[in-house]
Amino acid sequence: MTKSKKKFEVWTVVSLVLLASFLLFLVYPMFGLLKQAVISPEGEFTLSQFQKFFSKSYYTDTIVNSVKVTLCVTAISLLLGIPIAYFYSFYRIRGAKTLFVLSILCSMSAPFIGAYSWIMLLGRSGAITQFLLNFGIDIGSIYGFKGILIVQSLKFFPLVFIYMNGAFKNIDNTLMEASANMGCTGVRRLISIVLALSMPTILAAALMVFMQAFADFGTPMLLGEGYQTFPVLIYNEYLGENGVDYNFAAALACIAIFVTAIVFIFQKWATSRYKFSMNALHPVEKKECKGISGFLMHAYCYILVAVAFLPQLYIIYLSFRNCKGAIFHPGFSLGNYETAMKKLLVRSIKNTAVMGVLALVIIIVIAVLIAYLVVRRSSTLNNTIDTISMLPYIMPGAVIGLAMLLAFGKKPLALTGTMAIMVISFVIRRLPYTIRSATATLMQISLSIEEAAISLGASKLKTFTKITVPMMANGIFSGAILSWVAIVTELSSSIILYNNKTITLTMSTYVAITRGNYGLAAAFAAILTVVTTVSLLLYLWISKSEDVKL
Amino acid sequence: MSDNISIRHALKKYGDNVIIPDLNLEIKEGEFFTLLGPSGCGKTTLLRMIAGFNSIEGGDFYFKDRRINDLDPAKRNIGMVFQNYAIFPHMTVRKNVEFGLKNRKLPKEKIVEQTDKFMKLMHVDEYAERLPERLSGGQQQRVALARALCIEPDVLLFDEPLSNLDAKLRVEMRTVIKQIQHSVGITTVYVTHDQEEAMAVSDRIAVMNAGVIQHVGTPKNIYQRPANLFVSTFIGRSNVLRGEKLVIENGKTYFVTKSGYKAEMTNVLPEYQKDQEVILSVRPEEFLLSKDTSVYGMTATVDDCVFLGLNTHYFVHLESGEEVEIIQESSIDSIIEPGTQIKLTINTDKVNIFTADTEVNILTGVQNDCAN
Repeated sequence: MTKSKKKFEVWTVVSLVLLASFLLFLVYPMFGLLKQAVISPEGEFTLSQFQKFFSKSYYTDTIVNSVKVTLCVTAISLLLGIPIAYFYSFYRIRGAKTLFVLSILCSMSAPFIGAYSWIMLLGRSGAITQFLLNFGIDIGSIYGFKGILIVQSLKFFPLVFIYMNGAFKNIDNTLMEASANMGCTGVRRLISIVLALSMPTILAAALMVFMQAFADFGTPMLLGEGYQTFPVLIYNEYLGENGVDYNFAAALACIAIFVTAIVFIFQKWATSRYKFSMNALHPVEKKECKGISGFLMHAYCYILVAVAFLPQLYIIYLSFRNCKGAIFHPGFSLGNYETAMKKLLVRSIKNTAVMGVLALVIIIVIAVLIAYLVVRRSSTLNNTIDTISMLPYIMPGAVIGLAMLLAFGKKPLALTGTMAIMVISFVIRRLPYTIRSATATLMQISLSIEEAAISLGASKLKTFTKITVPMMANGIFSGAILSWVAIVTELSSSIILYNNKTITLTMSTYVAITRGNYGLAAAFAAILTVVTTVSLLLYLWISKSEDVKL
Repeated sequence: MSDNISIRHALKKYGDNVIIPDLNLEIKEGEFFTLLGPSGCGKTTLLRMIAGFNSIEGGDFYFKDRRINDLDPAKRNIGMVFQNYAIFPHMTVRKNVEFGLKNRKLPKEKIVEQTDKFMKLMHVDEYAERLPERLSGGQQQRVALARALCIEPDVLLFDEPLSNLDAKLRVEMRTVIKQIQHSVGITTVYVTHDQEEAMAVSDRIAVMNAGVIQHVGTPKNIYQRPANLFVSTFIGRSNVLRGEKLVIENGKTYFVTKSGYKAEMTNVLPEYQKDQEVILSVRPEEFLLSKDTSVYGMTATVDDCVFLGLNTHYFVHLESGEEVEIIQESSIDSIIEPGTQIKLTINTDKVNIFTADTEVNILTGVQNDCAN
């Protein structure tokens, strides 16, 4: 099987097509961004934009704020998510499936909807705040650091849950038994075996939460008040009251990429210290949990998920309340939905569905191809493609939105305002995540299984479609669900790229909130919640998995 | 439909790291051929070169007269059984077994018929609709074998197929594999590091070390007349006595041990009949033990003895200080107690003698098909 003598292969064509697409839709906009940041409108090289940023603490504080709150959110998400994943994977928790589905739903909602709902509950005139004030209890302000922390942690711990659940499933029961056999059980085994084995996944989940929380624009926008974070600053500078300043916004975008790049490199370094592959021939059997510890486990899971899910329910409740502007009145009606119908509801839903599905299909196809190229046909070309495809991982949504706008705002590729630019930005935003999960899955599939298929006379293509892809299916689905979530609830890049024709449900919701139409916002948010719920249930039904396999 | 396999001047390297420098091998049509060697000796690498999963850096591989170096693995018509079975986890047993046939685009009835035949042959027909995850290791191995045989391959390859099974199942499965191989008569290349397993199943064995074939021969010949010291110690147990002498007196050839024990050898190759230093390789059963200390032989003292039913093992040390192991058929009278002085003689029909420098066998009767 000397490769040099092989004729021009299909896979080489695939590699080249992928490379060309990435160069056009990713590398070119990135360079445009960089150019905008360092070239003045007069066409001269200048670092004045960066000087402007670092000369005022008004600007630099936003970076400190962002990093601080994001690190805290990451830590808390891990602390909340790992225990629930552990209980879920190793013990028979009653209603486990429901808990899992609800958790996914929590992560499916756009963060700013959570923020909005929490404002309605715990804000200055929130329902719980007012209720407790009757008893003379003042819970204090949830605006600023604290509020962002609560909302984002509750939003992102389900991601950790989903990730860790996947890792725990790959732990072979014999490893657990071997450790028990050598006298290591309980908490010690949890730490020295289970968590140590899951370390790559823990780090992956941590990075994922960090990137998403750092890039989250909606939550700090609504809840931050004086606590301004970086994405909010980018948006304000781009579309702020001072008029459009592309150059400064581009410079900010470069700084944002720099920060996330450092975090990314640090995570890579940390992960490189944990390199091993697992293949669970004997998955862990879930144990019965009884007594006090059983009760506590159940209580932990139920309370956590209930609190995380509360805002969603409350939004649905609010959507049926009478409302005028920002004030809710007693009594229930469908008034909010009627208003929504007049405000592009149908178009929003249609846009969300069409663009979402289209983007998802593209993402899955590309992710599977890249995973295969990188894992099974490693070469300089394919590794380059892999590296390029990871670039968006470190680009906050607002940055991608800005880069797209700069690159495709004028001829020859004037895509601004089209569905195409929205779909492209969705694909770019989500691709790295799906590629990671597809690659990780493929790495865990023993090469000898594919060799077996080939030795039985299957062509490479048939081996790929009949053996490799079906075996990857679980991993691909897990990535795809998360991608679908993120696409449907995407705000930070859409807010820069959308217009009236390409408006999505999420955008409609956001617009309603910022305009103070709280009832209308609740109606949009409720519909968004229903759409995501239905799509999840549909997925579960189609995939027919007994267990919720992600 | 079976092929013979010719390998000429095979070269395998990873970067600058040469795994197999220059290997030649002829595997006969229909024979059960085993590559045996310690881990890292290159036996699996060679097998995967035959299968097409490892690139070939040099040399020629032939199935009959067909050069297969650049032939796609899918077109080599090989049945391969993997160490971890490589059963497709998302397919039922039937789907696994018929997978190869489906790739040949055979008519449906033919596929079902053939699949049923081989599932029956391997006794996995009752699990036909089951997913592999609920099968035991032995059952998975049977499925893997059925799947490999089902395509009626020209060559059957086994990569340490029994190493994940327990000892009893291992013995059972190796019998199954041997019987099946004999009944279908497919040229088979089998890789293992277990020499007993190799002896049990093989028509011929190639003993490999560090990418070089040391000896190719029947199990009997490899055991009784190993081509060199490595083979002698790797196959079975051997007591290696270094620093002994070969002397010629009155046209007769003798070996003389350090303690002065001298015995005539009648089967030394003519070119080696000269005074020289040699290595004696004496298997534990090739020592003859005498409690009567007045007989001629090497004086030794018993250190320990182990009664194992059929045989009794004695651990003794010679006057020269060397420790050797002896196996005697257990006798009805008492076992020799530790501390007892005994006399040892060597069965000159069976003992092997190697040169001190190149460690090759200097006796007649070595049949090494290895062309190197």
